[in-house]
Amino acid sequence: MFDPVFIKVLFGTLLLASSSAVVGAFSFLKGESLVGDAIAHALLPGVVLAFILGDGRHPGYFIIGALIAGLIAHYGIAFIEQRTKLKSDTAVSLVLSTFFGFGILLMSYVQRTGQGQQAGLERFLLGKAAAITMMDLYVFTGLALLLLLGVALFYKGFQLMTFNEDFAAAIGLPTGGIRFAFTVLTVLAVTVGIQTVGVVLMAALLITPSAAARSWTSSLSRMLLLAALFASAAALGGTFISAALPKMPTGPWIVLVLGFFGFSSLILAPEKGWLARRRRAASNRNKTQRENLLKLLYGAEERAGEPVAMTAGAIVDAREQHYEGLTKTLRNLKKEFLVVERPDGFALTDLGRSEGRRVVRLHRLWELYLTERLGMAADHIHPQAETMEHVITPEIEALIVKELGNPEVDPHQSPIPYEED
Amino acid sequence: MTPTLAIALTAIFTAISCAVLGAFLVLRKMTMVGDAISHAVLPGIAIAYLLSQSRASLPMFLGAALVGVFATVIIEILSKKWKVQSDASIGMTFTTLFALGVVLITYWSDKVDLDQECVLYGEIAFVPFNTWTLAGQSMGPIALWSSGILLLLVLIYTFAGYKGLLMSSFNEDYAAVLGIGVGAWNLSLMSMVSVATVISFESVGAILVVALLVAPAATAYLISQKLKPMILLAALFGLSGSLLGYMMSARFDTSIAGGIATTLGIQFALILAITQFSRTS
Repeated sequence: MFDPVFIKVLFGTLLLASSSAVVGAFSFLKGESLVGDAIAHALLPGVVLAFILGDGRHPGYFIIGALIAGLIAHYGIAFIEQRTKLKSDTAVSLVLSTFFGFGILLMSYVQRTGQGQQAGLERFLLGKAAAITMMDLYVFTGLALLLLLGVALFYKGFQLMTFNEDFAAAIGLPTGGIRFAFTVLTVLAVTVGIQTVGVVLMAALLITPSAAARSWTSSLSRMLLLAALFASAAALGGTFISAALPKMPTGPWIVLVLGFFGFSSLILAPEKGWLARRRRAASNRNKTQRENLLKLLYGAEERAGEPVAMTAGAIVDAREQHYEGLTKTLRNLKKEFLVVERPDGFALTDLGRSEGRRVVRLHRLWELYLTERLGMAADHIHPQAETMEHVITPEIEALIVKELGNPEVDPHQSPIPYEED
Repeated sequence: MTPTLAIALTAIFTAISCAVLGAFLVLRKMTMVGDAISHAVLPGIAIAYLLSQSRASLPMFLGAALVGVFATVIIEILSKKWKVQSDASIGMTFTTLFALGVVLITYWSDKVDLDQECVLYGEIAFVPFNTWTLAGQSMGPIALWSSGILLLLVLIYTFAGYKGLLMSSFNEDYAAVLGIGVGAWNLSLMSMVSVATVISFESVGAILVVALLVAPAATAYLISQKLKPMILLAALFGLSGSLLGYMMSARFDTSIAGGIATTLGIQFALILAITQFSRTS
């Protein structure tokens, strides 16, 4: 397995994948990543024309052809977006498909005239990592290094342009020039990348590593690093799989492995992943339900003036809650000794009473704050307080109490229950 | 029927069907979703080929179209539920599914008679040779029939759903107020796009079908942004583009699908130049 060809392919794909991932990260963050897809497709006519007019196998012609076609496509999209009422998605897909069609037309012309080895051209459609020559490797290593250098050089400019273009223009950055530099880098990245995965799947190298990296971190520099790592790991995996299985193409496998990283990151990543978000939502819902239940029991005690118990049926009537959800909440509260089950129903423990009192206190404090400080009418404040009572932390509570001067009653003249110590 | 006529008719039927559907995609800013669908149906086509062992059967069309709708649903989940930017959702989904399709085709290469080039740009020139027979009688090329049925379907869909499509294309909120299910119309449109993509696949391939969907509608949009004239103009541009493109390719003996896409692009550039010029003067 570790023959020179394999090592060569592996080295090539690693470089290509990681450098395109870094460049792709910026357009990903700008929400323009499909422009990269369009540029990738639009390179085809440029590459084929370079083949017809010059020596097609020479990387120099190849790069110049790709660069010209890519720039025309990019500025064509920008022109359509600015000068017509067409939306950006239409501009992108229009340029993508018609340029690609023109490329196919030229390719069929080359094939018909039998001009040279058209096999060299076909590899740009779906990539052919195995066809990388030593010459290609030198040239593309150089290009990949140039790309990384370019990103390092323009880092501040790209960062500003990505997050706030108006601000960048306002502080006098040459936004047009930076845009041009970025487009050139994107075209070069695509030129390099289509060697391995082809024009059709190039979008994956630009987008997916960033989408995966974005769900693990919010820092730009760490995101770039992670994107490059994901892309390298996918290049490694894809190259191994295609070497191990007979006649398997490298490019599509790299894209599949990348897709696996992307989708699993979106699901599994801590904090931003789908599962973590779901868990957070569930735990918030849980907390809200518990606190509402304790509040209800506390309110019943307050009205009765003595400790009382409520049956599950009475609670369901008062809370308009599902019975199943309620029994689950009650079970949890019992386990934490906040509530006890007595023959006549559920009653608060001392611990539970203090917790219920806290929720009621926050509710009434917030209602008072809304009327006193924000001048809201007393009949409009209840819904807001229903939400805020679950959110206010002890620190904020202390600030509100101080701000309002240790108030005794809320706007509805109900007492604000402080902890008796 | 002469081969030339069969090819020309297939191209025209496909082009008009795609142009009409494309008008709605352009208005809804969903052309890239159409692009994604055209790529994403590939694994569906590969699996359906393997199971049915035929190039054109009803289960194949339906199965592959289902994968297209599935792709739309994934894109929706990614962008709405998982909060990924919509462009990245589209890019991630279609490349992964397309790569899966290529891998499947390679893996089953001795069982599935599909090659990668055909997937990418189709071969409309082979349309006349792929015929079908009914009760011993030759019925002509399959692709001609399927594209004709597609055109019929698209026309029925557009006429029957005109109001819902109109409302949900221009103002989603207003449509929702009127009780028109925007989500349902979206899904039905995407199903139609999937079916159109699958049927056009053999003749024009995955990427050029995007040119058929977008270019005529975009050209029409330059002239009129009203739905009815836009649909008519898009159909007209689809017709002229496919006819001229076919004639050009026949003259220079090049890829017909490539020629059609190029002609559609030139048409757009011409109308763009005219509208720009008339605006400034």
